[in-house]
Amino acid sequence: MPEVDSCVQAAAGPLIEEAAVPDRVPLTGKEKQKMTVARVGKQASDFETSAYVAGEGFKNIKLSNYRGQWVVICFYPGDFTFV
Amino acid sequence: MSVDSRFTHKIWNEVELSKMVEGGIPFPMLSDQGGRIGTVYGVYDEAAGVNIRGRFLIDPDGVIQAMEVLTAPVGRNPEELIRQIRAYQHVRETGEATPSGWTPGAKTLKPGPDLVGKVWEVWQPE
Repeated sequence: MPEVDSCVQAAAGPLIEEAAVPDRVPLTGKEKQKMTVARVGKQASDFETSAYVAGEGFKNIKLSNYRGQWVVICFYPGDFTFV
Repeated sequence: MSVDSRFTHKIWNEVELSKMVEGGIPFPMLSDQGGRIGTVYGVYDEAAGVNIRGRFLIDPDGVIQAMEVLTAPVGRNPEELIRQIRAYQHVRETGEATPSGWTPGAKTLKPGPDLVGKVWEVWQPE
């Protein structure tokens, strides 16, 4: 990742085995399923993305770096929303 | 994690959240611009362009143990999340099973042939 924290910085996003995301080749049903289904009892899909951490500033967070710890991921619709 | 940028996260934490939680949110606020991660987790709403309220509990091996997905207007219950974390940690340490509504210190179950049809003898709902 670049040192400079510019406005536009590509985060890696989902880290899926390359075989599952062939370049420009339509995904088969099985591959699509591999990409999009989160299920209990199954491995959580790895990802790397940018984050804000109070007291530390901006940093990249990679899920697999938290192996060995319990992790909770909470998705929510948006900052400054109400609930 | 939301589709907002890390910049928006910082300002939201500073101008609003820190007034509800002392010191602000004490864990990383992740950015999922484009909803690519939410898509992989099945919580990205393409029509709205946002991630819906999905919560995933992941164990130390990286396995999803629990998930909960809510539509926008109803908020989550952090106490229930913490109860589930404690229950999963207990299960992982002991191999026991935790019945409905279990909290630390309460009766656990040891599934096996001897327990079939006899749960009522050892456990009752509160």
